[in-house]
Amino acid sequence: MTAPALRSARRSARRSVPGVFVALALTLLAGWLVVAIDGGQLFNQATTVSLLHVAAGLGLVAVGQTLVVLGGSLDLSVAYVVSLSTLVAAETMNGRDSGLLPGIGLALAVSAAIGLFNGLLVTRLRINAFIATLGVGLLLKGYLDNGYDGPAGSTSPALVQTLGYQRVGPVPVSFLLLIAVTGACWFVLSRTRFGHHLVAVGGDPQVARLSGVRNDRVLVTAHVICALCAGLAGIYLASRLGSGAPRVGTEGLYDLESIAAVVIGGTALAGGRGGVIGTVGGVLLLASIDAIFNQLEVDAFFKQVIRGAVIIVAVAVYARRTLRKAAW
Amino acid sequence: MVDRRPASLLALRGISKSFLGTRVLDGVDLDVAPGEVHAVVGENGAGKSTLMKIVSGGYAPDEGSVEFAGRRCVFAGPRDAQRAGIGIIHQEFNLLPERTVAENVFLGHEPLRRGLVDRRQMRGRTERLLASVGERALPVDTPVGRLGVAQQQVVEIVKALALDARLLIMDEPTAALADHEVELLYRLVRRLQDQGIGLLYVSHRLTEVFDLSSRITVVKDGRRVDTLRTADTTAEELVRLMVGREMSTLYPDRAGAGDGAVRLAVRGGGNRKLRDIDLQLRAGEVLGVGGLQGSGRSALARALFGAVPFTTGEVTLDGVPVRLRSPRSATRAGIAYVTEDRKGEGIVARQSVLDNALLAVRAVPGGRAARVRELLAAVDVRAAGEDQEIRFLSGGNQQKVVLARWLAVDPVVLLFDEPTRGIDVGARSAIHHLVRRLARDGAAVLMISSDLPELIGMSDRMIVMRDGRVAGELPAGATEPDVLALAVGTGRETPA
Amino acid sequence: MQIVQRRPGLPGWAGAGGVLPILAILVVLLILVTVRQPDFLAPASLMSFLGRSAPIILLAAGQYFVIVSGEFDLSVGALVTAQVVVAARIIDSDPTRTWPAVLVLLGGGALVGLVNGLITTRLRVPSFITTLGMFLILVGAVYLWSNGAPKGGFSEEFRQFGRRAVEGVPVLGRVPYSLMVLLVLAALAVLLTRSDFGRILIAVGDNPRTARLSGVRVRRVRTIAFILSGLAAAVAAILIGGYSGVSFQAGAGLEFGSITAVVLGGVALGGGRGSVVGAMLGAVTLELLFALMNFYGVSGALRPTVQGAIILFAVAVATRRSSSR
Repeated sequence: MTAPALRSARRSARRSVPGVFVALALTLLAGWLVVAIDGGQLFNQATTVSLLHVAAGLGLVAVGQTLVVLGGSLDLSVAYVVSLSTLVAAETMNGRDSGLLPGIGLALAVSAAIGLFNGLLVTRLRINAFIATLGVGLLLKGYLDNGYDGPAGSTSPALVQTLGYQRVGPVPVSFLLLIAVTGACWFVLSRTRFGHHLVAVGGDPQVARLSGVRNDRVLVTAHVICALCAGLAGIYLASRLGSGAPRVGTEGLYDLESIAAVVIGGTALAGGRGGVIGTVGGVLLLASIDAIFNQLEVDAFFKQVIRGAVIIVAVAVYARRTLRKAAW
Repeated sequence: MVDRRPASLLALRGISKSFLGTRVLDGVDLDVAPGEVHAVVGENGAGKSTLMKIVSGGYAPDEGSVEFAGRRCVFAGPRDAQRAGIGIIHQEFNLLPERTVAENVFLGHEPLRRGLVDRRQMRGRTERLLASVGERALPVDTPVGRLGVAQQQVVEIVKALALDARLLIMDEPTAALADHEVELLYRLVRRLQDQGIGLLYVSHRLTEVFDLSSRITVVKDGRRVDTLRTADTTAEELVRLMVGREMSTLYPDRAGAGDGAVRLAVRGGGNRKLRDIDLQLRAGEVLGVGGLQGSGRSALARALFGAVPFTTGEVTLDGVPVRLRSPRSATRAGIAYVTEDRKGEGIVARQSVLDNALLAVRAVPGGRAARVRELLAAVDVRAAGEDQEIRFLSGGNQQKVVLARWLAVDPVVLLFDEPTRGIDVGARSAIHHLVRRLARDGAAVLMISSDLPELIGMSDRMIVMRDGRVAGELPAGATEPDVLALAVGTGRETPA
Repeated sequence: MQIVQRRPGLPGWAGAGGVLPILAILVVLLILVTVRQPDFLAPASLMSFLGRSAPIILLAAGQYFVIVSGEFDLSVGALVTAQVVVAARIIDSDPTRTWPAVLVLLGGGALVGLVNGLITTRLRVPSFITTLGMFLILVGAVYLWSNGAPKGGFSEEFRQFGRRAVEGVPVLGRVPYSLMVLLVLAALAVLLTRSDFGRILIAVGDNPRTARLSGVRVRRVRTIAFILSGLAAAVAAILIGGYSGVSFQAGAGLEFGSITAVVLGGVALGGGRGSVVGAMLGAVTLELLFALMNFYGVSGALRPTVQGAIILFAVAVATRRSSSR
C-alpha cells in the first residue's frame, strides 16, 4: 500500500460494529411504534421467540460466511449445504435418539467435505470464489432436486425437543447455540494465529505472503469452517422441522441473506476488515425487519421484494470497495 | 599500519545481474559496517532497486557473492533474508491498514502462549521496540491506517526490528514525508545506529545523504562508479558522477526556439499530487519533462489528459478555457495520451492490431476509421497481419499501434509518457523520428522521459519536476548535470 | 503496415478460444444423440428441437454481451418468468392486446437491464449481487402482483411465435416461427459484435483501464450490455410463453443455463474473450446434452448438476491455460 493509500484507508478504518447495533435499536423502535399503531404488539413473548429462532438459523450460516468473506473469498453454496445437512441428519437419525450423534457427525462431516472442495477449487485451481461456490451449489442442487421430492427422514425426538423448541426464558436454546458459535469464532479470529492470518490474507494477500502466511491453507480452513457452520444450521433446522427438507436452504435465502448480514454488520466484502459480532447484529436486524413485517401481516411476496432490495442496498451502501479478483 | 576498517556487516563482491539479455548490474562491490549509514545514489534506472532486491532476497545474483555477518548467504526468497537479519523498508509500505500496530509488527510470527496468540506479549514487545527507536508515544493498539505517514514508516521499521534485523535497507524513505517529519526520521536513524544496525540508505535527496551518511556509493548504468567518504565530497561532484555520458545516439534535428501558437496552457494548476503548475505547450514544439520517479511527471500528464484532473487553476486550449474532467473529454478536445504502462493501460492485449488501432476512433465520434490502415503503414508497424493479437508484437511495434490509434483522431496535443521504455534500439529511433515529424506537422508535444540523453536529444525546451512542482525550465542543449541538479534540488532554479 | 510472415492459422473468428472447440463438442454430441435416437436428425424432429431451443440460444447471446464486458447477469431467469406472467395478465386472451403486450415486454426487459446496469456501474455493487437481488425482487414482485396465482391468458396471435410454424417447406417440412425469429436475431447479434460497439465491448472486458484512457465511456457500454440481456430475456419470454403457457416456473434455472452455455462456447468468465456465435453454439450443445440425458432416462432434475460440473470444469481449464502462458 502506498503511503497516500494508507492515509485514505484511515478514513474508512472506522469500527462499524456500533453502527449496526444503533441501526438495530432504531429499527426496533420504529417497528414497535408502527406495529403499535397498527394495533399489534411487537415485543410479546411469541414474537420475540420467533425472532430469535429466525436469527439463530440465519446467524449460524452468517457467522461462517463472515470468516470466508474476511479472507477475501465468498461462499454461495451455503443454501444447498444447509438443505443437504438437514437431509443427512434426519435420514441418519431415522427417528431414533440413538441416531442423534451419528446423524450430527455425518451431517457435519459431509458439510466439511464440501467446504474442503470449495476451498481447493479456490486455492488450487484458482477459480474465482463466486464461480467456484456457485458451481458447487449447482452440483448440489441437481442432486437434491433429483433425489428428493419433499421432506425426508425423521429427526431424533430428543434433538427436536432441545435444539428445536427448548427455551431458557424467552431465549431459545438455538439462539444460545448461535451465541456459543459466535463466541468461538470471535475467539478464533482474535486469539489464534489462524485468525490473524485470515484477516491479513483478506486485507492484502501480497503483504500476508511476504510475512510468511500460508495463504492457501488459511483460506481452505476458512471455507471448511463456513461449511461446518452451514451444516450446523442444517442440523438446527432439521430439529425445528422434524425432518430433512431439500428446499429449506434456498427458500430461506440463506446464501444471499448471510452475505447481506455480513455486509450490514460491518465486514468489508473485499475482506480484511470486520468481525462476527457485527454479523450477529446484521442478522438481528434482518430478523427484526422480518418480524415487523410479520406483525403488520405484510404480504409474503412483498417481503420478498423488500428482501431483494435490502440486499442490494446493503451492499451498495456498506461495501464501497469492489470485490477484488483472486489475488493469491 | 593497523587496518582500522571495522568488520563489515554486509559485503557485496562482484554482483552482476542480467534480465532478458540486458546487463542491469555489472560487478558491483559494496560493504556496510555495523552502525554505519551507507548511502546509495544514482539516477532512475541506474540499477539501485535491482541491487537492493538482491540484498533483500528478492532476486538471486547471476554472479558475485553476498556476505552477511561474516557468512556467505544465498537467499531463496525475501523470507530467507528476513530470517537472516536483513530488512527492507520499501517506498510502498507493506502494512495492513485495518490492523493495529502490534498486529502488523508481528504478522506471521505472532507470539504464542499455550498455543494461543499472546496479545499482551505482542503489545509489550512492540512497545519495547518502539521505545528502542525513541517512539514511545506511538499507540500500539491503533489501526495503522489511522496513523500519519511518518508513523506508518516507524511501524515498518519496527516490523523489521521484530525479526532482529541487523541491516536495514531504506528505499527513498523521505519521499512521502513532510518537512517536519524528516527530523523525526533523522532521530530514528541515529537511534538505529546506536544499536549497531547498519543502514543502506537509497535516496536522491542529497541534503539527507550529506546529513546522515558516512559513505556514499554512486551507481551508474549498473556499475559502481565510486564509493566516497561523505565528508570528502560535494553535491556537485556527486551529480557529475551520477550522469555525464557521451551522446552516442543521434537524434532528429530539433526545431528552432518555440514561436508556434500556444495550444495548451495551464495556470496555477494543482491537485492532490501537483502544485502551482504553470506551463505552455506550443504548436511545433517538443517540451521535455524531466525529474525523478515520484516527482509528478505522470501526474502532470494525467492531469492534462483529464484522467486525474486538476482541482485548482485554469486550463486553456487555443485560448479557450476548458474543463478536462475525463479522458473522453480530453480526447474529444484533441488531446492524446500515450501511457507509460503499455501493457496495463496502453494495449488491449487479446485484441488484434487493427482493433487496438481503432479503439479511440470507435470510442469518440468524428474520427476516420478508413485512415487507420494507412496510419498503421505510415508508422511502419511490423506484424503478421492486422488480425494478429497485439500481445504477440514487440514492444516497439505495440507502441506504434498505440500511436496510430491516437493519430486517427487527429490530436492537436500529444502527451508521451516514457514512449521508448522497454523498446529496442531500432524501434526507439523510429519513434523519435515519428515524434519529431508530429511536431513539425504542427502538433504540440509533451514528452516525459527518464532517459536523460533522450530527453535532452529530443526536447526543444525542458521543464524539470520535483515534489509535484515545476522546479525549473531549461533551454535546448542543457546538459545532463543541469537536469539532474534541478531534479534533486541542488541546482539553482532558473527564472521562468 | 509491413506483413512479416503469414502465420499459419485460422481466420480470426475461429482461432484458439474461438468456435472450433465448441463445434467439435457439438458434432460429437450430435453423433451420440443420433446413435441413441436415429430419427433425431429427421427434419421434423430437428426443426422442432431447434425451435424449442431458440429461447436459451437467445438468452445465451444476451448473456454473452454482459459476460464479455466483464460482468454477470443472474436475473434473466426471473425476468423471463415475470414477463410471461405479466404478458398473460395484460393480454387476458384479448387479441387486440397482443402487440401492446409485446411492446411492454420489450420495454420492461430493457428497463430492468438499465437498472441492473446503473446499479452495477454507478453504485459499484458487484454485478452478481445486483442481479441476484434483482432476481429476488422480480420473483417477489411477480408473485405479489398475481397474488400467488397467474391470471389471464395469451391470445393466439401471441402464442404463434412460440408455437406455430411455416408448413410445407421443401426438405425441412415444418419451420417453427421461433426458429425464424432466432435466425434473424442471431444475425443481428453477430452484426452487433462486428460493429464498433461490439469491438469496444470486448476491449472493456479485456482491459477497462486502457479503454477508459482511449476515450471509451466504460460505464455506459456495460450498461448497454445489460439492456441487451434484458431485451433477449423479453424475446425469450414471448417464445416460452407461447410454447409452454403461463407458469411461475417458466424461467426457472435459465440464468444458470445461459451462463453454462456461454462458458461452454469458449467465452471467458472474466470478460474480453469469446464470440457470440460460440455462446449460441454452446446453448445448442447444452440442449443436445440435455436431450441425450433424456434419451438415456437421466432425470431432468439432474440438469443443474451437469451445469455445475461443466462450469467448474470449463473455468478450471481456462484458468490453467491462461496461467501456463
